[in-house]
Amino acid sequence: MAFFALKNVTKAFGGLVAVKDVSYEIERGQIAAMIGPNGAGKSTAFNLVTGLYVPTSGEIEFDGRSIAGEKPDHVCRLGIARTFQNIRLFAFMSAVENVMAGCHVRMGALLWDSLLHTPKHKAEEKAVREKALDLLKFVGLERHADDYAHNLPYGHQRRLEIARALASDPQLLLLDEPAAGMNPREKEDLMDLIRAIRDRGTTVFLIEHDMGLVMNISEKIAVLDHGEKICEGTPAQVRADARVIEAYLGKSA
Amino acid sequence: MLNWKRYRPVDWALVAVAAFMPFLPLVDRNGGHINVLVNAGIYMMLAIGLNIVVGFAGLLDLGYAAFFAIGSYTYAMVASPQFGLHFPFWPMIVISAFVAAIFGIILGAPTLRLRGDYLAIVTLGFGEIVPQTFLNLQHLTGGPNGISAIDQPRIFGYHFGLNPVPYYYLVLVLMAFSLIFANNLRTSRLGRAWMAIREDEIAAAHMGINTTTAKLAAFALGASFSGLSGVVNASLLTLVSPDQFKFNVSITVLSMLVLGGMGSLPGVVVGSALLSILNFFILPQASNLVATVGLHIDFTQYRFMLYGIILVAIMLFKPEGLWGSEQRKAELKAEEPAVQAAENLAYEDIPRETV
Repeated sequence: MAFFALKNVTKAFGGLVAVKDVSYEIERGQIAAMIGPNGAGKSTAFNLVTGLYVPTSGEIEFDGRSIAGEKPDHVCRLGIARTFQNIRLFAFMSAVENVMAGCHVRMGALLWDSLLHTPKHKAEEKAVREKALDLLKFVGLERHADDYAHNLPYGHQRRLEIARALASDPQLLLLDEPAAGMNPREKEDLMDLIRAIRDRGTTVFLIEHDMGLVMNISEKIAVLDHGEKICEGTPAQVRADARVIEAYLGKSA
Repeated sequence: MLNWKRYRPVDWALVAVAAFMPFLPLVDRNGGHINVLVNAGIYMMLAIGLNIVVGFAGLLDLGYAAFFAIGSYTYAMVASPQFGLHFPFWPMIVISAFVAAIFGIILGAPTLRLRGDYLAIVTLGFGEIVPQTFLNLQHLTGGPNGISAIDQPRIFGYHFGLNPVPYYYLVLVLMAFSLIFANNLRTSRLGRAWMAIREDEIAAAHMGINTTTAKLAAFALGASFSGLSGVVNASLLTLVSPDQFKFNVSITVLSMLVLGGMGSLPGVVVGSALLSILNFFILPQASNLVATVGLHIDFTQYRFMLYGIILVAIMLFKPEGLWGSEQRKAELKAEEPAVQAAENLAYEDIPRETV
């Protein structure tokens, strides 16, 4: 059984079928990508995985269990974290608080601990703050720990979202267009970061428009067009596929 | 960790006033003044509770007086001749807080999917339903007459009578605890979860925060503070009736938060102190003062007009509140450039069109 698998997943919004019978398997430790033109259903696929939407039909398997239809917080607890296409940081919390909020699901403080600031609360807060600072360092934001997320430059915000997602100790990290709005230098750094995340033992599944980045780091790519998977394979295979070229450039005369 | 440089003179002033409060009855022997402060304290506890729901978790609640009513009636029913029950006061403080918290969950549960205006309207409805229910459950609550001759607290054989001083110390102690608990919550795992939900609920859920439990915890904990103040209120007045918990109580408490600064605990204290003193002291005194020169104006009748003026002025000149949190200030500041940019754009467009 695969580590992560979409199995014949379909999502229809009324008459509009956003994702149609898509299957895709990812092995532990891979960097896998999903590409496709705007409106191809990529983000919908992510939203199905994290529980924002419930699939109309089909199965989603993760680490030996079915997760289709689970609530987002439960999916996160099981070990899947994500970033968002249009950054959704906690704008007026500091960078370190954003990451600490990401640790929430791995913390054990109960209502009483929060209310009375028990020794358990104190020890945990200290450990979580250290963990958050380590993660900020990992993504290169240690100097911005006390800045509001809102005040960070765009590229930093994307990195902060990654740090916040990593705070929940995910086994699978979903990155929704992580390179959007980045300059070539930032994209280079991002590729290094994604590889470093994989080397920490987290499997990475990304959606991206930037072909240079996708072809460079992905071991496996699926191509979506109008909600359907039209191709799957290594970067070289995908690049050579006639249907992919057609989807992106249109039919030749 | 204390960082002494972060404290401004005005912070020290608040600390000094707070430190002086226990000695006030020794200096000021006017029972009327003490009574004003006891009432201010009751409202302050309500404001601390509402601040958890509105300020911390960002859930606009316009029916908060409902929990105040529930706290007051809980004590009134079991400590008065109504049913011949005379439960002791002290455990009832905790029990009423629990009862109010349970109703916080009951009333909070149906609103979980609602946000913003919709949530406000539903909570407004609850705020109306609860006093109406107490009004109509005649055999339990005494209907419009309410419940009277409620027991007053006793401690070591000392009976709290008409003297407001023991109530003053009671309220002072309860308030100190309320502030400590509220501040603990703010800087905890749960407080961070509330903040995250207020900032972006969908992102919070994706970070593993169970938004259902976190919101219910906010409703329950927020309500529990009004349970506390309800017990004190009932025993102080020795009378509860449905008209004490009308919509204007919810609005008064909310106005205190807006005046002081939502989400900021010093703001809550300052806002509720100012409005309470205006309400219970300045307005009646002003009426008395003009009466001495032969004018008969009851300024307390103009209370809500004054609140309106104060709130408009705050919104215009200090929208984050008199003692707003840094966070709120930054949020409001961030909104400005967008508005400015939009205005600039609009102005730029006009000449081009007309030329």
